[in-house]
Amino acid sequence: MVKTKATDIEKVWEYLEEVTDPEIPVLSVVDLGVVRDVQIEGEQVQVTITPTYSGCPAMNTIATDIKLKLLSEGFAKVSIDLKLSPAWTTNWLSEAGKAKLEAYGIAPPVEPEGDIHALFGRNTTVRCPLCQSENTRLISQFGSTACKAFYQCNECLEPFDYFKCLK
Amino acid sequence: MPEHGHKTPHLQEHLLNIPVPDYAPELRQLVFDYTLQLADTSLILGHRLSEWCGHGPILEQDLAMANIALDLIGETRSLYQYAATLEGKGRTEDDLAYLRSAVEYKNPLLVEQPNGDFGDTVMRQFLFDGFHYFLLKALKHSSDQGLSAIAAKSFKEASYHIKWSSEWVIRLGDGTEESKHRMEKAVGNLWMYSGELFMMTDTEKQLLEAGILPDYTSIKQQWDEHVAKVFSEATLEVPQQVYMQQGGKMGKHSEHLGYILTELQYLQRTYPGLEW
Repeated sequence: MVKTKATDIEKVWEYLEEVTDPEIPVLSVVDLGVVRDVQIEGEQVQVTITPTYSGCPAMNTIATDIKLKLLSEGFAKVSIDLKLSPAWTTNWLSEAGKAKLEAYGIAPPVEPEGDIHALFGRNTTVRCPLCQSENTRLISQFGSTACKAFYQCNECLEPFDYFKCLK
Repeated sequence: MPEHGHKTPHLQEHLLNIPVPDYAPELRQLVFDYTLQLADTSLILGHRLSEWCGHGPILEQDLAMANIALDLIGETRSLYQYAATLEGKGRTEDDLAYLRSAVEYKNPLLVEQPNGDFGDTVMRQFLFDGFHYFLLKALKHSSDQGLSAIAAKSFKEASYHIKWSSEWVIRLGDGTEESKHRMEKAVGNLWMYSGELFMMTDTEKQLLEAGILPDYTSIKQQWDEHVAKVFSEATLEVPQQVYMQQGGKMGKHSEHLGYILTELQYLQRTYPGLEW
C-alpha cells in the first residue's frame, strides 16, 4: 500500500474550498459542511458527503462538481460516498460560511438549538441582512429552496431569505 | 467531436451508502417489505402535494407544499434505495417506484385521498404529519441502522411539516365562518382514514417483536394528544367512535391510487428504460 502524505489530503480540502453550492454560489461545499471526510488510498481519492435536505436537488450536481474538480486537478481516481448518518445540521455551517451568507443577502441561521425546538415555539429573531434591523417577520418557513425560510424586514421592507436551522 | 463510448459524469447518479445488515432471510424480507411501505407512503403523499404546484391559494403556500413534497420524495428515494439494497436482486429505486402495480403498493389509504380544497389538503397533511413525526422520532432509535439513519434525517424535516399543518389547522379552524365550515367538512372527509396509520399489519407486528419497530400504541397516544391540543385551539371537535377504513397497507386501495400511478408511471410504462 502506498503511504499517503497528509499534504495530499490537505490539497484535496483546498480544492474542495473552490467547489461551490450550485444554489448559493458564495458558499463552498466545505463552508456548507456537506463534506464529511477525505481519504486517499494509493491513487484512489474518496470524498464522503452528506445531503443537507433529503430531497435537495443540488446533491447530484455537488457530487459531480467535486469529482470533476479533483479529476481536473490531476487526481486519477475519485469516488464520492454519499452518507446519511450522522444527519447534517446547520451547526456544521462554518463561521466563514455564515459571514459569506450574510454578505450575499441571506440571513444565516441564528439559533444553534434550532427553530423547531417546540411545535409552537416563538419564532426566531432574524437580523435583516440588508439594513441589520432585528425588526423582521417570518413570511413562510418554506422559501426558494429546501434550506431557506422567507422573511421580510419591517424597517427597510425588503423581503429576504433566511437559511433556517436544522438540528 | 464527441467522444464515443464514454459516459459523462453528469449522467451518473450518486446513491446512498447504507450498509447491508446481516439478517436471516425472513427478517430481511420483513424489513424490505416495511421499508417499501414507508417509501410508498411518502411517495404517494409527495405526489399528491406536488399536484398543487402552480395552483396554491397564495404563492407562499404553493412553495410550502412543493417544499414538503420535495422532502417527502427525498425521503422516498432514501427508502427505495435502502429497500433495493436489502433485496439485492438488482432492482433499483426507479424499478420500485415505476414498475410496481397498485396492489403491490402498501401506502395507507389516507395519503392517496384527493387533494380536495386547501382545507382538505391541510387536514390530510395534519393527520399524517402527527403520525410521521412521532414515528420517525421513535424509529431514530431502531436497531435497524438503515431505518434509523433515514428516520434521523427525515425527522428534522418532518418537524417543519407538522408545524406548518398544525398552524394552518388552527388558522382555518378558528378563522372565518367559511374556513371553519370547510375544516369541519375536511375532518368529516378524512378522519375515517386516520385509524389505519396505527393498525399494525403482520409485518409490523413481527418487526415489533424483532425489536426493529416501536410500539404504535405509544405513537398513537402522542398523536392523540397533539391532535386534541391543535383541534382545541382550532375550535374543532375531535370525532368520536368513527368507523375506521383500512386496506391500503395490505394492498387493497381506494379507486384513487390507480389514477395516481397511471400518471406517475406513465413515462416508464410507455417508454421502458427511458433515461435523460
